[in-house]
Amino acid sequence: MSRKEKIWWWVGGLAIVVYCLFPIGWIVALSFKSAGDLNSGEFLPNGATLDNYSLILTGDASELFLPALRNSFGICLIATAISCLLSMFAAYAIARLDFPGKKMVLSTALVVAIFPVISIVTPLFNVWRQIGLYDTWPGLIIPYLSLTLPISIWTMSAFFREIPWEMEQAAQVDGATTWQAFRKVIVPLAAPGVFTTAIIAFFIAWNDFVYGISLTSTSAARPVPAALGLFSGASQFEDPTGAIAAAAVIVTIPVVVLVLLFQRRIVAGLTNGAVKG
Amino acid sequence: MASIEMKHIVKQYGDGYPAVNDVSLDIADGEFMILVGPSGCGKSTLLRMIVGLEDITSGDMVIGGTRVNDKAPRDRNLSMVFQNYALYPHMTVFENIAFPLRLAKMEDAEVRRRVTEAADVLELKDHLERKPANLSGGQRQRVAMGRAIVRQAEAFLFDEPLSNLDAKLRGQMRTEISRLQRRLGITTVYVTHDQTEAMTLGDRVCVLRKGKIQQVASPRELYEQPVNLFVAGFIGSPPMNFLPATVEGNRLVTPFGPIELDEKRAGQVAGHELLLVGIRPEYFEDASLVDEAKRPVGTVFRARVDVTEWLGDSQYAYIPYDAPESITAQLRELSRELDSEELRTQAIVSIDSTSRIREGREAEFWLDTRKIHVFDPHSGENLTRDAEAGAALTRMATEDRLEHAEAARGGQAESRGGATAVGAA
Repeated sequence: MSRKEKIWWWVGGLAIVVYCLFPIGWIVALSFKSAGDLNSGEFLPNGATLDNYSLILTGDASELFLPALRNSFGICLIATAISCLLSMFAAYAIARLDFPGKKMVLSTALVVAIFPVISIVTPLFNVWRQIGLYDTWPGLIIPYLSLTLPISIWTMSAFFREIPWEMEQAAQVDGATTWQAFRKVIVPLAAPGVFTTAIIAFFIAWNDFVYGISLTSTSAARPVPAALGLFSGASQFEDPTGAIAAAAVIVTIPVVVLVLLFQRRIVAGLTNGAVKG
Repeated sequence: MASIEMKHIVKQYGDGYPAVNDVSLDIADGEFMILVGPSGCGKSTLLRMIVGLEDITSGDMVIGGTRVNDKAPRDRNLSMVFQNYALYPHMTVFENIAFPLRLAKMEDAEVRRRVTEAADVLELKDHLERKPANLSGGQRQRVAMGRAIVRQAEAFLFDEPLSNLDAKLRGQMRTEISRLQRRLGITTVYVTHDQTEAMTLGDRVCVLRKGKIQQVASPRELYEQPVNLFVAGFIGSPPMNFLPATVEGNRLVTPFGPIELDEKRAGQVAGHELLLVGIRPEYFEDASLVDEAKRPVGTVFRARVDVTEWLGDSQYAYIPYDAPESITAQLRELSRELDSEELRTQAIVSIDSTSRIREGREAEFWLDTRKIHVFDPHSGENLTRDAEAGAALTRMATEDRLEHAEAARGGQAESRGGATAVGAA
């Protein structure tokens, strides 16, 4: 690469990074501003304050925010776990077995994934109220599965297809049952795929707003994105901008931690050395 | 340890194509059997049917006296080395080799003892705690073999185990496999498309073509008494030369002059118009270097040499010749089937490395006519095959094997009884 090209790559990269990170930086800056400072028109706060954080964690808004945080974590983790487990079996079957309707499973999953959420939320609202799932954890976990399962199945089956058939056959010849071969050889090899899928599924569930606001009414099941929309200012003339910004920052943290934690496992090509170099 | 018997084995795929077509083959206990043939001949499919990874459409697969058609791979107690080794990358070398034992729920101490023993045999001792990703190709190959020998399997199955190694390593591993098999005395089925491996490793070799057995015999019999054009062309490197010939009384008229036939062979070829004469490269020699005593058993002819290749220990000369259109087309077809591409009709001739025959000049060659074979170009059948002589060669190989096995057993018993456990290595 020539020097000139290198410079252009840097400039381009920098532009993209600024474009992506500027809103986040803005939110972080906002979250440290005091109420009077919000409309100062400056990027950095005039003397950072933790008022907004104490407001949502211990103050008036904590009643709204803390249960929501708990709900979000619980619901998203359960939905992710179920979706990973189910998609692991489904993807294995799709990658390895030849059964009628295989194509249909995959295309149905795709159709479900592209179906707009907003169009089914009203009927779902009515059904959930009838059968008593409204404003409960399962009432959100089930719709979240419909969001996470299709993409999980697709990513996971791609990972399974990468694993050479011989691995399993070798295990079977060595004396393993199909289940043992799956558990002792295939699952460990697919681990990077499982982690990738888990993270994607978690993000999707974590970021959902439409189901969260429509299918809940109290802090029994309301997730964070919905709770943020219900924040109110000290008076009706005051926007809760600072509190929302602080909550947004807190909500972003688990996502960042998750990615940093599993980054190496995702990147690691675990099948190295399985077959000839 | 067990014998493997196949009775009329057929493998038909969904589209009706028979990948393996009515194969019957008996592999004796302790025998080293090679399945060989060009790509797509069904040799790997046959191996996978033995181990149980491929369903058998019809026929019986009998291992150690029991029919195993409906048994799962894990119930057949065979061990297999895959072409790409199929090592478990998330386990250490130790755990890779121990895997079959762990599945059998063997005690830890016993596992350790057996794995260490296998690692000793394969010289993997220093690598037991490493992951397969950090090993070289040859080491990975040895780990795969370790996994195969660590348990008392009925038979070893190899699916082109050396094809991913470079030439030098391949030679080493080949002798290693041979030594191991002789030492353990376990029935072995080995699939390869490499005829050097087939010739050097096998007690007997089974040549397959389009799912059908062509000939099962010792390497020597295959080389000296092939049943047909296909086997003759497949075995031997450089390959056998096929010259068109017409019969005139007791002589064959070839592009390289007439060849006198003895009574017996003349009788065998009588009644055919156009024939193919199969002559191995080493039956030729530079006429000026042939002993006077040997001269009368062959014929001498003059031909123009196209190219010579000097290799130090040997020398090859390429002699182009003309052939009728029908023969040319058929030879081309044959060479395509043997995974090679013969562009022109030429004879490859092996001459002494001291010969001063030059490229582009005419030279005098001598041809030993005693061992030539004559083939029917239509059916491909070898008209001059001496079945008895061939069978004698295979019988000799079998006797050699049994003697060897006996010696190995004796050696083992001795080392077990004696105070010094040197082993039968």
